[in-house]
Amino acid sequence: MSSNNNILVKLKNAGYQLNNRFLVEGVSLEVQKGRIVTLIGPNGSGKSTTAKIALGIYKKIDGEVEKYTDKVGYVPQKISIDWTLPIRVNDFMLLTDDISEDQINEALSLTGVIHLKNKSLGNLSGGEFQRVLLARAISKKPELLVLDEPVQGVDFTGEIALYQLIKKIAQELNCGILLISHDLHTVMSATDHVVCLNGHVCCSGSPSDVAHNHEYKALFGEQASKTLTIYEHKHDHVHTNEGDIKKN
Amino acid sequence: MFDDFFIRALFAGIGVAFVTGPLGCFVVWRRLSYFGDTLAHSALLGVTMAYSFEFNIAFSVFIISAVIALILIQLQKKTNLPGDALLGLLAHSSLAIGLVVIGFLSFIRFDIMGLLFGDILAVTVDDILIIWIGGAIILVVLKLIWKSLFASTVNYELAEAEGLNPDRAKAIFTILMAAVIAISIKMVGLLLITGMLIIPAAMARNISTSPQQMVFYSVIGGLLSVVLGLFTSLEFNSSSGPSIIAAALFLFILSLLKIKQSTGLKN
Repeated sequence: MSSNNNILVKLKNAGYQLNNRFLVEGVSLEVQKGRIVTLIGPNGSGKSTTAKIALGIYKKIDGEVEKYTDKVGYVPQKISIDWTLPIRVNDFMLLTDDISEDQINEALSLTGVIHLKNKSLGNLSGGEFQRVLLARAISKKPELLVLDEPVQGVDFTGEIALYQLIKKIAQELNCGILLISHDLHTVMSATDHVVCLNGHVCCSGSPSDVAHNHEYKALFGEQASKTLTIYEHKHDHVHTNEGDIKKN
Repeated sequence: MFDDFFIRALFAGIGVAFVTGPLGCFVVWRRLSYFGDTLAHSALLGVTMAYSFEFNIAFSVFIISAVIALILIQLQKKTNLPGDALLGLLAHSSLAIGLVVIGFLSFIRFDIMGLLFGDILAVTVDDILIIWIGGAIILVVLKLIWKSLFASTVNYELAEAEGLNPDRAKAIFTILMAAVIAISIKMVGLLLITGMLIIPAAMARNISTSPQQMVFYSVIGGLLSVVLGLFTSLEFNSSSGPSIIAAALFLFILSLLKIKQSTGLKN
């Protein structure tokens, strides 16, 4: 299924430590063209850190990262626009790349915020801003999209629509997507591969494997597995308060 | 009516305003006003070096300011002191050393007031050449790093992730700051250079909705301040630096009216 030239980014046993403490370690994964890899895990499990390793934002890392593309679109988890910057949505769309007017309009229309084009970024609501962030990332037609909680603050119907859009983009642009989410209800249908993190890779696999897993059905019932809800699984270890890993 | 020195001052001031306008916007956006102050204070040391070794003043100031900037970056990496404490440490110690060195150079008569507040009488044709050529180079370099500098001002990680190399842009910008201080020290004086960077940009912020617009108004504001300030300076025989900064402040106050209007419309 994987020929090497389809790989966009590959992490080999990668980790990152801050003040001699690992934020995440031993992560191996790869993102290929046209495929969506989803990172899930609780708060502080190293999802965003893993994304930043893959993006090359963190440079002093353990293990290896191989990146095969420079055309990257990124939606960071946290971004606050300083009020000292007078910046409109249109200026923000041109932030890292000189894209055409048509590309800007197309991307803003896709995420449903074309009417905000000349508004100041500081005046947008959280959900509106999130849609603008997504529009900016896809407008440059990247080969690799890294989306860190891309629909936070977006209303429920909008959330489903945006995930459908993300899936459509992956197919149309044939780009690889590294998606981070803690909200699995909506992500499951739009992902090819799931990696569960908790400071390290707890488990990974295709979502349907998990959904049709016997334990999964026993836990949530037939209905739950059909609607692809929460990605639940058994861990073979527990995390102690000191951050150590203890086998069951 | 115009004496020759006044035309020279006007040319020099206009050249300075073209450069401080765009750079001043970044100083405001990136919150670097105290950094600018620190570099400006260290300029006194640069001036004394110029006199001691008979260098060109602008060149000497540029070198010293750039060295101070490098020392600051090293201190930030190696100590746990907060940024403003380090800036204060460097600003005042370099100012102090500069003044001590001046004391040793008793055989040269320094115009301290001119150094601190600018002196239009001292502007020579060579200075104008340095301002315009140096200024042109600064603006070209700023144009080249604009995209990555602006993107990293908005969000560092986004710029880094999408391949814009924000660290390089920041380093180059630091050198540009040293350069702009070097070329404007004779006009505005070392205590007021930061004012020339910040006040027109702050005025522009009040009346702008996009970054390009803010840069444009910042340049216009700087030009008006120079012209207004120099005429005042000629009329009342005041120092050129304070007159220019006072004119800039006047424009800033005018721009506040515009803010009031726009918030009035919103409510």
